[in-house]
Amino acid sequence: MNHTNVTLRVNEVDYPISISTERNLSGVLRETIGLTGTKEGCDDCECGACMVLLDGQPINSCSYLAVQAEGCAITTVEGLADGDELHALQRNILEAGGVQCGFCTPGMLMSARALLDRTPDPTDEEIRIGLSGNLCRCTGYARIIDAVRTTAVELSN
Amino acid sequence: MSFLRANTADEAVQLLAEGARPIAGGTDLVVGARQGKAPLPQNLVAIDRIAELGVIEATESHIRIGSGVTHAQLMVDPLIVDRLTGVADAAALVGSPATRNVGTVGGNIMNGSPAMDTGAPLMALGAVAELRSIEGTREVALTDLWCGPGRTTARPDELCTALLIPSPRDQIGSAYVRLEYRRAMEIAVVGAAACMALDAGVIVSIRLALTAVAPTIQEVTGLDVLIGERADDKSFAAIAELARDQAQPISDVRASDHYRRHTVGVMAQRAGHAAASRANGDLITVPVNRALGIGAAS
Repeated sequence: MNHTNVTLRVNEVDYPISISTERNLSGVLRETIGLTGTKEGCDDCECGACMVLLDGQPINSCSYLAVQAEGCAITTVEGLADGDELHALQRNILEAGGVQCGFCTPGMLMSARALLDRTPDPTDEEIRIGLSGNLCRCTGYARIIDAVRTTAVELSN
Repeated sequence: MSFLRANTADEAVQLLAEGARPIAGGTDLVVGARQGKAPLPQNLVAIDRIAELGVIEATESHIRIGSGVTHAQLMVDPLIVDRLTGVADAAALVGSPATRNVGTVGGNIMNGSPAMDTGAPLMALGAVAELRSIEGTREVALTDLWCGPGRTTARPDELCTALLIPSPRDQIGSAYVRLEYRRAMEIAVVGAAACMALDAGVIVSIRLALTAVAPTIQEVTGLDVLIGERADDKSFAAIAELARDQAQPISDVRASDHYRRHTVGVMAQRAGHAAASRANGDLITVPVNRALGIGAAS
């Protein structure tokens, strides 16, 4: 298998790695770089558990070639917290009861983060569209949406 | 396998001539490979950072949409929302925000799925694909581009560089409506796009194209009988009937053939109604699917 040398910039850290061309970004993040916060659910672009940000925009990392992400700023769920201090979205999703099994949570957080960066004061409909690529089979979504709304209010104050 | 990145369309077509195949957002290519539908091409050339492919511009005669324009760009671009509204309707329905951020109109068109969303509105608006190779550039109408599911008449060394749409006249409206079971990451069960020009409520021109009821996006013929008629419920019912008559649906996991035949008529009727309303200057926000309440209740 041909390997390519690339440097991926993840959460503001450069990772020089050698990977084969066909590897997907989620696999490289988890297995090569060791950042296992990003989850692989369906591996079929359906569930959004693998959501990461590429230059601030959410993408499904299970279906994105890792080599293609070179030169972009990649943000994973590990990049949300500031040291031991959780990001407001993380704190609020916990407090709202928006986490049950937790498998969808990293992807939800990344979609929510991109939404709030772009739309600091979203309507409920905009929150629903922002999270529409993320499936959750536990919570029924209401408390996740509550957490995003609470965070928007908190960050705007 | 090799992976190269092209910075210009010229570089890209040179690499295509040497046997490489293009990748933009990879939302069809990579998903398909991981599903085992088709392996990734041996040699890939990334075209997603070619600036010249990411431009939407209006010339005197045409609106030109670069093939690298993403669905996220299309759905909010003022020129597209205002003049080619049906294309914005379709782009806003593709996948999820993540898909729309990296998925491109060129990829949607050249992937050739009969269920693609942007194909029907672009066909109804008379779009032409600009195909470039090291030998030059040629234009192929979308009506001549697709020749089967996942198949086009483009050569492997040709790169779709743009979609060219004749500048719509003032009193024209377009709309794309699809049947969907989920509001995101969904593929059209069936869909219909209409483009209509009106003069004082009377139909001056009309085109209709259907999604996911034939081996390719399919244009409906015989609509000329509606020219000179009022854009009213009777005409919309006639549109539905023509769509049902000409659809060639199959049964699969998503829907039966007779359900598809029935519902494509409903979609055609609604697309016709929305296109006529827009031609009258009524504001229906993008995507029209949401205004109509199609899909799961919010």
